Amino acid sequence: MIEYAWLIPLLPLVSFALIVFVTGRNRLLSAGISIAAIAASFVIAAGVGLEFLHNPETVEYGLPWVDVLGLRVEMGVLLDGISVLMLLIVTFIATLIQIYSLGYMHEDPGFSRYYSYMSLFAFSMLGLVVATNFLQLYIFFELVGLASYLLIGFWYEKHSAAEAAKKAFVTTRAGDFGLLLGILILFSLFGTFDFTELADRIAGFDNIPLLTLLTVLIFLGPVGKSAQVPLHVWLPDAMEGPTPVSALIHAATMVAAGVYLVARTYFLFANAPVALTVVAWVGGITALFAATIATAQDDIKRVLAYSTISQLGYMMLALGVGGFTASMFHLTTHAFFKALLFLGAGSVIIGLHHKQNIWEMGGLYKKMPITTVTFLVGSLALAGLFPFAGFWSKDSIFAVALEHGQVALYWLAVAAAFLTAFYTFRLFFVAFMGRPRSDHHAVESPPSMTGVLVILALFAIGVGFIGSPFIKEGFGHFIYFGKPHVEHLHMNIALTSTAVTLAGITLAWLVYSVRVTSFETLSVALKPAYLLLKNKYYIDEIYRWVGERVVEGFGFVLQWFDRTIIDGVVNGTGTLTEAIGRRLRVVHTGDLQTYALVILSGVALLFAILALVDPVKVLKLGGIL
Amino acid sequence: MISLTHYLVLAAVLFSIGLFGVITKRNAIAILMGIELMLNAVNINLVAFSRFIEPSDVVGQVFAVFIIVVAAAEVAVGLAIIIALARARQTIDAEELHLLKW
Repeated sequence: MIEYAWLIPLLPLVSFALIVFVTGRNRLLSAGISIAAIAASFVIAAGVGLEFLHNPETVEYGLPWVDVLGLRVEMGVLLDGISVLMLLIVTFIATLIQIYSLGYMHEDPGFSRYYSYMSLFAFSMLGLVVATNFLQLYIFFELVGLASYLLIGFWYEKHSAAEAAKKAFVTTRAGDFGLLLGILILFSLFGTFDFTELADRIAGFDNIPLLTLLTVLIFLGPVGKSAQVPLHVWLPDAMEGPTPVSALIHAATMVAAGVYLVARTYFLFANAPVALTVVAWVGGITALFAATIATAQDDIKRVLAYSTISQLGYMMLALGVGGFTASMFHLTTHAFFKALLFLGAGSVIIGLHHKQNIWEMGGLYKKMPITTVTFLVGSLALAGLFPFAGFWSKDSIFAVALEHGQVALYWLAVAAAFLTAFYTFRLFFVAFMGRPRSDHHAVESPPSMTGVLVILALFAIGVGFIGSPFIKEGFGHFIYFGKPHVEHLHMNIALTSTAVTLAGITLAWLVYSVRVTSFETLSVALKPAYLLLKNKYYIDEIYRWVGERVVEGFGFVLQWFDRTIIDGVVNGTGTLTEAIGRRLRVVHTGDLQTYALVILSGVALLFAILALVDPVKVLKLGGIL
Repeated sequence: MISLTHYLVLAAVLFSIGLFGVITKRNAIAILMGIELMLNAVNINLVAFSRFIEPSDVVGQVFAVFIIVVAAAEVAVGLAIIIALARARQTIDAEELHLLKW
């Protein structure tokens, strides 16, 4: 199967082209083609995965794409632990979500367009995963950004959706600019884009300042794409897109592309300790920062969006402290339970006819039992309670942080875990439990949606075991950097994390379910903090202020310079020419004989000068002859 | 004995008369005649130089013949233009024909 791996990204591309050029008018056929393509990709990926489990070694092949003047770039397929893992996650979740979308999107007039974009996204994401070199990676990194832009702005007639799409594209582009700079410096330093060659050549370059600089620049790409502080602002707004899109692109796969990029280029980071520290702290701060915001959001999708940012922060933190395996493991479990949570939220949104405010929900457990149970499973996995998936991956991150002596980051992560449990169950208790908070008539979603929820829920329970200490040759045996990772059972860490998780859940239960103290009194008592969180630390406002005052102020000065100085010179030239012409045109009388007289005078003048001055002497004086 | 200078003075006088006609006459046909005088003054110069400086060579005479041919063609075109003008504007007064400006 490994020799057919190149088909995995190509099949969705074929589907995209078919839908755009041929079957656009036939809704069901378009959806069928798209689902068939991604399902076929999944089958191939599964075959590749089985072979890899059997014989875990890196395979690389490709076609020469650019070959000029010492620059040789391939378009190829690189299959090692992390790319096989990502292929499996992306194709599997994309298949499920495309099936789910049949129910979610079936009334939408842009049904075919939706599936063409989904195929385009699948192609870009899978191409990114198998990239063999930085150039290929960069191209697909931009392509997933494009697909994300198209899907966030899918309902482009809605102003907020169009704005959100622009914001997402521009914000991630800001990070991608750093990535491009980093890649260019890297090429000037090593003379190749190829990952395998780079990994071979890195030996003599460890710890030089330029390597640190280019690694930090490369990290800017992931900061944008994986929504790390301070470029996280686009992800909550990206929730304007259809909910399955939020689940696939803005929770499970594309936002993980940043983490994947760091993992793919980990040999660079491993040789630049300063850059690695930057990664760890950006991740740690993001994890806690986004978790605090999530506690005060009212929109079900926005809570989940901040939760995603926070979990991505965990993955970055893990990479930063040297936990390559832990990070990839958390990426895997997160992909399943966060896709589950988003699809659950989508089911609720459809059931409530597009209500997203959790304070208008309540009592959904009676009307939507399957959604409620699966959402509870997802919440427990996200909160990280034993034995759900999130428990294993989160604990392996805690363990690796402690192992490498990063105590401050460890406590940062533990604090974020407490908040995670709190906001997750705040959401659950408010939205699903209690009595209906508004006059809603919720109905359970169709089987194409609930079926997917059940499958994902099973994974959210079970997928953690592949990386648990109970399995001898588990996750860490295939996914590692340097030497295979063996997971140990850390009782004290497990107890700490369980304790904080239970504390978070209990607090949420006390405040939002049994109402020991009401939410309203709390929000009044803690008004400044509550407002700060509710307004997301005013980051958007700060950006707006910078945009309006600083950038526009600078623009005002430039505009003045352009209008007065540049335009003045241009217009002045025109005015001057015109004024001269206006004065000189009177000599054009149109009278032939005047002209003849002028010619005669001119000739006479020339002769007079020649009679007085010897031209040869003049030329000699001027140095010409 | 008639020297080269006599011819050159004659040509210069003829040229000046022609130029005077071109600048002062209002009738377009008279201007054309002035131009003919100037061309012939040049012809005299050419033939005179040829005769006095290099008699064996006939370069000057050949040039003169060419100028006569060109002058004939020029007169043909010029007269045609004047006839067209006379039809269009009912005048061939050079001072009246000054629309070709700014």
